[in-house]
Amino acid sequence: MAVVERIEHLEELWLERPGVLGWLTTVDHKRIGILYFWTTIVFFAAGGTEALLMRTQLAQADARVLSPETYDQLMTMHGVTMIFFFIIPMTTGAFGNYLVPLMIGARDMAFPRLNALSFWLFAGSGIFMYSSFLIGEAPNAGWFDYVPLALRQYNGGLNVDFYALGLIFNGAASTIGALNLIVTIFKLRAPGMSWNRMPLFCFALLAASLSLIFALPALTADCIFLELQRKLGFHFFDVAHGGDPLLWQHLFWLFGHPEVYIIVLPAFGIATSIIPTFARRRMVAFPLVAMAELLVAFIGFGVWAHHMFATGISTATLVFFAAASMMVVVPSTIQVYAWLMTVNLGTPDFRAPLMFIGGFIIFFVIGGLSGIMFAAVPVDQATTDTYFVVAHFHFIIFGAAVFPLLGGIYYWFPKVTGRMYDERLARWSFWLTFVGTSLTFFPMHIVGLLGMTRRVYTYRHGLGWDAYNLVETIGGFVLAAGLLLIAFNIVRSLRAGELAGRDPFHGGTLEWTVPSPPPHYNFAVIPTVTSAYPNWDARAREADLRRLERGELVLDGGHETPATTVNDAQVTEILEMPPESPWPIVLALAVTISAFFLLTEHYATAAGFLTLAVLTLAGWHAQEPGEA
Amino acid sequence: MTRVALLVLPLVLAVAGCGGNQNTLDPASHAERSISNLFWVMFGVAIVGFAFIVFLLFLGWVRREQPSLPGGRGEAAATRIVLGFGVALPIVLLSALFIWSDFFVVRSTAAPAKGSTALTIHVTGHQWWWEVRYENSTAVTANEIHIPVGTRVGLVLTTADVIHSFWVPELNRKVDMIPGRENRLLLVADHPGIYRGQCAEFCGLQHAYMAVEVIAQPKAQFEAWLAHNAQPSARRDALFAENCSGCHEVRGTTAHADVGPDLTHFASRRTLAAVTLPNTPKNLRDWLRDPQHVKPGNRMPNLELSDADWRALQRYVESLR
Repeated sequence: MAVVERIEHLEELWLERPGVLGWLTTVDHKRIGILYFWTTIVFFAAGGTEALLMRTQLAQADARVLSPETYDQLMTMHGVTMIFFFIIPMTTGAFGNYLVPLMIGARDMAFPRLNALSFWLFAGSGIFMYSSFLIGEAPNAGWFDYVPLALRQYNGGLNVDFYALGLIFNGAASTIGALNLIVTIFKLRAPGMSWNRMPLFCFALLAASLSLIFALPALTADCIFLELQRKLGFHFFDVAHGGDPLLWQHLFWLFGHPEVYIIVLPAFGIATSIIPTFARRRMVAFPLVAMAELLVAFIGFGVWAHHMFATGISTATLVFFAAASMMVVVPSTIQVYAWLMTVNLGTPDFRAPLMFIGGFIIFFVIGGLSGIMFAAVPVDQATTDTYFVVAHFHFIIFGAAVFPLLGGIYYWFPKVTGRMYDERLARWSFWLTFVGTSLTFFPMHIVGLLGMTRRVYTYRHGLGWDAYNLVETIGGFVLAAGLLLIAFNIVRSLRAGELAGRDPFHGGTLEWTVPSPPPHYNFAVIPTVTSAYPNWDARAREADLRRLERGELVLDGGHETPATTVNDAQVTEILEMPPESPWPIVLALAVTISAFFLLTEHYATAAGFLTLAVLTLAGWHAQEPGEA
Repeated sequence: MTRVALLVLPLVLAVAGCGGNQNTLDPASHAERSISNLFWVMFGVAIVGFAFIVFLLFLGWVRREQPSLPGGRGEAAATRIVLGFGVALPIVLLSALFIWSDFFVVRSTAAPAKGSTALTIHVTGHQWWWEVRYENSTAVTANEIHIPVGTRVGLVLTTADVIHSFWVPELNRKVDMIPGRENRLLLVADHPGIYRGQCAEFCGLQHAYMAVEVIAQPKAQFEAWLAHNAQPSARRDALFAENCSGCHEVRGTTAHADVGPDLTHFASRRTLAAVTLPNTPKNLRDWLRDPQHVKPGNRMPNLELSDADWRALQRYVESLR
């Protein structure tokens, strides 16, 4: 067989149903990644709109643009949306899903149908959470949802029930997605891709996924406790019956701080992808950076109580958590210097993706330095719950997590769409978002020190806060303009962009070895990896071509991809991957409907739909790959 | 350069002392001074660190055509920089910071030992006001805490409902008020004055307008205030009893509820609605007649009274000196 025929055969084997139905039943990690991308973009727009409404209310002292109730709902949904419906699904769902198999030389994720289920559950939980606005009872006790304020006694509507049930289902989606990424990274790496040759992006995603599966159970348990207390009269947080409101906080932050690293680690991974490409050399201190990424995730589990330094917990506890919080700085400084040294040793081409990474480094360092201040207990006790914290974590979450995402969107746009974005517009969008971010979030440090507390729907005139707040609001709209320019650039370039070709930036990792956009089967021949930057490894790529000619490692007997050993990535068996399936979306639909019945306390009906969800598993497993 | 200018802004501000009277960096006590000193030192080191990072990034841009570090050094030197500045230096600096802040400074903000204070005041958080009771006295007030200047005052902080957080930035750290717990805080004011604070933990609709004032007075003045506030009121009013006694207390009368503040000496207070408005006749009129407009969502209902009754009621509460 000739090469062309082999490729045609692969095309035929991996073809999915066309049209909308194809998107609903797809198990292709790239299409699922794209579904994740656009869905999370919609949520990002919603969360951004919420932020702009809040900033409008806060532009002036004692304003009455929003009622306190509306403000509290917007504030809560802004946090919940940005964390659970934008950043996590965008990084692990969209970027992780699309790129990890391509970077490790696999043809799909380890569990393609589970991957689809993870997306549909996530979409269902988002629809569930946002339907709360339709009845005017969106979650309103803050994203941190402290009890007793979130208990029925003080919060009688369905607001908090939407929150708790929505996050339980969202957590299930994230857990499934994280497990899938872990197994994929452990077992589906291309032959020869031992740990020391795995892209740092995949290390970052691995670290974030490991954090997710260990952190989410704490939040899920917390939300289950809360619903049991709200709906069925249990007493987990009730002092009069031996409960404790601090239980909520411990469990919440046991999730909530690892969460911060879950948010930024993939962003670090994007930075360590973009920097070598544009600096035109490999990362300095590669193994150190890989270890630092895993170390951040690990130490991240020992710092949660630094969110509770004002609760009056004992000094011994304070000191322990302060020490751990300081330790977590070191893996981050390692990475910052490794990025900077790579830029200095290389011959960097400051195109838009690298400019966003430059902005990211500046913002991350500001957010990191203000972060260290919270590990000094007395300063934490003065500044916590003020706008100083709001400034700090927006520099981290927007500056350090979203900026690399924006750079990453430009960087991989040609790969995903096959077309180039507009470089000139992209640079403009960088400067707009950079200035917007600085104007929005930097003055928050100052008003925080001047005593402005967080989570206030308004503030009194005469405290010296007015001008800063006005600047922040103006900055918010500048930032929004920058983001809209990015959206415009993307949408226009989808049609009008120049054809990009396989490898427009001369990237180092495997995704640049395949056509843009990549075919359904990703790799016509499974690549054999001999270094950490295989696309810069011309001889190994030529060897792949010869294998394709010989029909070696082409694996066209079905939906096939090789499984390899965990450490050295030696091929052990050829896996038969499942084809498209209607069952994931059906299962997710049943779960989502049951969530609505749980919400309205129709427990029997809810149980019925959950049973239906379990029954769909029978259909799911009725046709196993390899039996077709 | 603009970034550096931005970073120096808070310095200029604090020196200028502008920023109302809720400024973390304008300390009026030993505890808060130790916090703000710690902050300024960290801020100084942070500026240097930040400048160094920006310099390295800038250097990478300037030398974008040179594939080496200045002096032609290569990867080995770069790795040494990563280890030196990324590992060794942070460990040294952070250890020093840890020992100074978390072993030494932390003591000055710690809860005061029992018996180490000259006066104990019980402050209870309510949605959305502060109840203030003086130990060994019958004095009760709300939203303003009178203390003698230069005296170690111990606060015992609790809540009647949800979690609140007591914070007067110029006097000390903040401490949460949590159901089932009694947290303690030291309050010392070095100079007489009025120190503003506000609730720092989100506590519902009117978290924004839940402020408090600490009024530090010379000792004799404070003693006189305390003695006056310990007395019940001799004045009774039927309108008040009918419309207000379900929620408020006026000691010496039949009104004994605890939903809203004790009003026994209401007219002598500086502010209304937890430091939301100055206590003037006009503001009081607006507040009584339409509390839901002044502070939407607060627990005080809008009542339907005739104009004559409103005026009589206002006259009565204005007489509670």
